[in-house]
Amino acid sequence: MQREAPQQGLVEAARRRVARQGWLLCTPALIILVFAASGPLLIVLVYSFLAPGDYGGVRWELSTEAWFNVLLNRDIFSGEVGLADAHLSIFWRSLSLSVLTTIITLLLGFPTAYFIATRPRETRNVWLFLVTIPFWTNLLIRTFAIMEVIRSEGIVNTGLIGLGLIGQPIQMLYTDFAILLGMAYVYLPLMVLPVYAAMERFDFRLVEAAYDLYATRWRVFTRVILPLVKPGVIAGSILVFIPSLGAYVTPRVLGGGKNMMLGNLIELQFGAGRNWPLGAALSITLLAIVMAALIFYVRMAARNEAGRE
Amino acid sequence: MQTGPGAALDSAVRDREATIDERTTVEAGASAAAIVAERVTKVFGAGAGAVRALDDVSVTIRENEFFTLLGPSGCGKTTLLRLIAGFDQPTAGTILLAGQDISHLPPYQRSVNTVFQSYALFPHMTVAQNIGFGLEMQGKPRGEIAETVGAMLKLVRMEELRDRRTDEISGGQQQRVALARALAPRPRVLLLDEPLSALDYKLRKDMQIELKRLQHETGITFIFVTHDQEEALTMSDRLAVMRDGRILQIGSPRQIYNHPAERFVADFIGDTNFLTAEVIEADGRKARLRLGSGREVAADVPEGMQAEGRVTIAVRPEHAAIAGDGVLEGTLENIVYVGPDTHYHLRLADGTGFVVRSQNLRDADEARAAGETVGIAFKPDAVQVLRD
Repeated sequence: MQREAPQQGLVEAARRRVARQGWLLCTPALIILVFAASGPLLIVLVYSFLAPGDYGGVRWELSTEAWFNVLLNRDIFSGEVGLADAHLSIFWRSLSLSVLTTIITLLLGFPTAYFIATRPRETRNVWLFLVTIPFWTNLLIRTFAIMEVIRSEGIVNTGLIGLGLIGQPIQMLYTDFAILLGMAYVYLPLMVLPVYAAMERFDFRLVEAAYDLYATRWRVFTRVILPLVKPGVIAGSILVFIPSLGAYVTPRVLGGGKNMMLGNLIELQFGAGRNWPLGAALSITLLAIVMAALIFYVRMAARNEAGRE
Repeated sequence: MQTGPGAALDSAVRDREATIDERTTVEAGASAAAIVAERVTKVFGAGAGAVRALDDVSVTIRENEFFTLLGPSGCGKTTLLRLIAGFDQPTAGTILLAGQDISHLPPYQRSVNTVFQSYALFPHMTVAQNIGFGLEMQGKPRGEIAETVGAMLKLVRMEELRDRRTDEISGGQQQRVALARALAPRPRVLLLDEPLSALDYKLRKDMQIELKRLQHETGITFIFVTHDQEEALTMSDRLAVMRDGRILQIGSPRQIYNHPAERFVADFIGDTNFLTAEVIEADGRKARLRLGSGREVAADVPEGMQAEGRVTIAVRPEHAAIAGDGVLEGTLENIVYVGPDTHYHLRLADGTGFVVRSQNLRDADEARAAGETVGIAFKPDAVQVLRD
């Protein structure tokens, strides 16, 4: 007992020292987080409660007008208050396109990840490498490439016309379809990688065990594979959904000026719209939607888990 | 009324007996076989890289039997098990389960369950959910599942841990859950793929007894795969010794141990002295041989073998004894006392080593010393002629 006391003190001191070093090590990351994320966020929050300056910027007087304008508008002449239909349709487009993008990338990414995870160990890295190749090229260039493919004189339309399948080019560019195509293409690797990571840890002997216990292929998938790779599916969905919701380049290039998403609307307020407070309020709203969606999604996933007990 | 752990099981056994009776009347004779493998060949890969994992294997495993496939790694025992389970399909030949051809049925359509070497328990389910999984997949009603799971938990003595996650229990407990999970759907045949290899010695011994008890209580045919000859001998009703994709010999542990047909079998199972001898005369399964020493001995000949000329013979160390006048003579090189036995390591005149194992009696005194020349006597029926 007497010998143990000083030793325990040493262990405790060592633990404290290591803990202190841990803090020290993550200081750079903390600094970046505080100054590059939390700081601007706070500024945006403050701006949303100010009045717009005449040539952009803000006037330092308290105003809730921006927040009022997020969902509502007041008729300039009659002063009548109504719903801001333009904003609502943009909210709706952003949300529905993001959900669809997430579903499409999941439907495409899951089998891809399954395929890679079931390859021999040596060839898996090659497949993963191929998945990451699109990241080598700038997003804008990739988006213009899609534009080239689907525009009226693009290879898809000229090809189909050449084959005599269609007489007139199909309008694909500057539609929601184009945005969806672009986003699914851009975010697919973000789905594949986390799903693959979960699947690589999956013990495929469990599949045989389930077959052996009278589970059909579908049951093996829903009862054994899916529950065990769910963390990867959740991570992938979050990684795709969040940037989709705030996507800016893809809807701007492929959706044209008409089919705006939230990111474009916000940009508009800070640019040509010269309404920084509204842009700030919309940004906070976007953040709130993302958080609400995440909480909903995680809750739902957790409830599925509990429902099985 | 019966409410003990045996209740559900008793009725399970009764059900089985009823079905067995039924089948006996329907197709007499054939019903005694749980599994029949007929000329089964399995080739993996193709072309020059093809591996013949099973080569024309035929075996009949009886209803309610503890049958062991024994052999070194790569002998094809696991391949045969996987063909019976349905994870792989035979390249040629057929596998019958209770008279029905199952060669190409998927695993979920066979009344065969497997206890995996790695246990392969579902990590996202509790102990009870694991055990109930097979029944659930069979679409059994909730009440019946709960009842059977309860009976199975009792059977493997795991009632307190029913709601634990499978990574919260020990290796031995996981083993029991894997067993209960495979037994719960009452398969006709239970396959066990080296299930004890991950356990430590003491636990392995306990589980050997446990497995025998379970097989006895459930009346299910067990097919057990192992490379451990001691495990095979102590647990099996019958066993098949395999090597290079073939079955070398099938028989009861006693038959295999006392009458190995091939040198590999004699060598793989237990300790053996190998000698060469000249055949004087052979008559069916019996022969008279002349040993290197010139003395004559009687020997058993494997079925179907024509014994002539020089043959290899096997003599188990405990079937020989140190004697004043024996059929062989050797010099004592080493005497090893191991408690119940003493091992005498001898060198024969022609340079061959020979081991005699004799049981120690309490009041026996150490009479022999290294360097002494002694006789070696064979007990009756000690000599077995081997195919090379």
